[in-house]
Amino acid sequence: MDFSLSPQDWTVIGLSLKISLVAVTTMLPIAFALAWILARWRFPGKLLLDALVHLPLVVPPVVTGWLLLLLFGINGPIGSRLDQWFGVTLLFRWTGAALAAAIMAMPLMVRAMRLSIESVDRRLEQAAQTLGASPLRRFLSISLPLSLPGIFAGAMLGFARSIGEFGATITFVSDIPGETRTLPIAIYAALQVPGAEAAVSRFAIISVLLSLGALLISEILARRATQGRMPHVL
Amino acid sequence: MSFDLRLRRRLGGRTIALDCVADARLIALIGPSGVGKTSILNMVAGLRRPDEGHVRIGGDTLFDSASGIDRPAEDRHAGYLFQDLRLFPHMRVERNLRYGRRPGGALSEDEVLAFLGIGHLLHRMPPTLSGGEAQRVAIGRALLSAPRFLLMDEPLSGVDRARREEILRLIERVRDELRLPILYVTHDLHEAERLADRIVEMPDG
Repeated sequence: MDFSLSPQDWTVIGLSLKISLVAVTTMLPIAFALAWILARWRFPGKLLLDALVHLPLVVPPVVTGWLLLLLFGINGPIGSRLDQWFGVTLLFRWTGAALAAAIMAMPLMVRAMRLSIESVDRRLEQAAQTLGASPLRRFLSISLPLSLPGIFAGAMLGFARSIGEFGATITFVSDIPGETRTLPIAIYAALQVPGAEAAVSRFAIISVLLSLGALLISEILARRATQGRMPHVL
Repeated sequence: MSFDLRLRRRLGGRTIALDCVADARLIALIGPSGVGKTSILNMVAGLRRPDEGHVRIGGDTLFDSASGIDRPAEDRHAGYLFQDLRLFPHMRVERNLRYGRRPGGALSEDEVLAFLGIGHLLHRMPPTLSGGEAQRVAIGRALLSAPRFLLMDEPLSGVDRARREEILRLIERVRDELRLPILYVTHDLHEAERLADRIVEMPDG
């Protein structure tokens, strides 16, 4: 089996990494805000928000892709405004693939972060309060650092999920080499061509290695965080 | 009057109540567990809102349901020594001590370190401290926030027998030398009799 990678292969790998990184970094603050609201706030309709956040996890990915198509398509309520106001189109672009990956990664990211926010000892925040700390300072010095392991874990899960994202992406932005052809889509495309088994196994091995790498890096990061600054959080 | 407290709070089916006017250096609040002693401290600190009543300490009104005064906990300048200490586990002792530092305290940082004998602990993480060490760091953190009064919730509960006397003497020195009014919660009458110049019994139920 030939394992040398062609320039096209490198494009696929680079694109997958770029899309996943952009998806996770963009989704990170949004997912944290959602996790915070779900963990800490009480309001009517919270159950509905919770269900909406989890929707991409349970709905067929192709449905999520189709909904993105409706919302962000040229004539969609969001897509048309993005185009008019900013000249931005997501359809058939790598940015659209990043959006699809971010939406699909959101439930996993929110879940991991919510768990770690819920595990922060509120009594520590009370202690900080009696010591004169403002709500912002309590958040920055207590709640945020103590929930960092969950934020790392959420980002890791989100990245791994983004690397593997297929259904919503191919529905929303199709398969355009060099623009939206990520690893899973490249594997699918290669499977359609007779005699491309070598390409399929190359991409499959790369996918596994990337996911494994993401896992290891985040493990190391989380461990460093726990050893250095938060000895008994995890 | 150092303390003028009148607090009512319904909790479940019962009422937690305290009426206490006293010019005392240390008031001991005594009663079996579950009568709401800690709730009283939380109300004085501003962490729980009483249904009605007032909290006046050293002539300062911190809460008064009649006139709608309710100073937030961060502005009450309480030095609260929690029963479970609540040292920040992700910060070294030094950062814990400085967390609430405000100017105008009775003691400087160096004086607090010497007073409590914790200068050698500055670079340790809280989970590595012994019970007595953690207790002294928690006292230091409260003192450095320049409190106007102290709230102590069973400060001997987490300390082994050998260290009890040491912490008791420390509390006596805080009481006598720093002249901060102290509201002290305990279930131990001997402890209360030794430390307090006023003992208030919380009724059961």
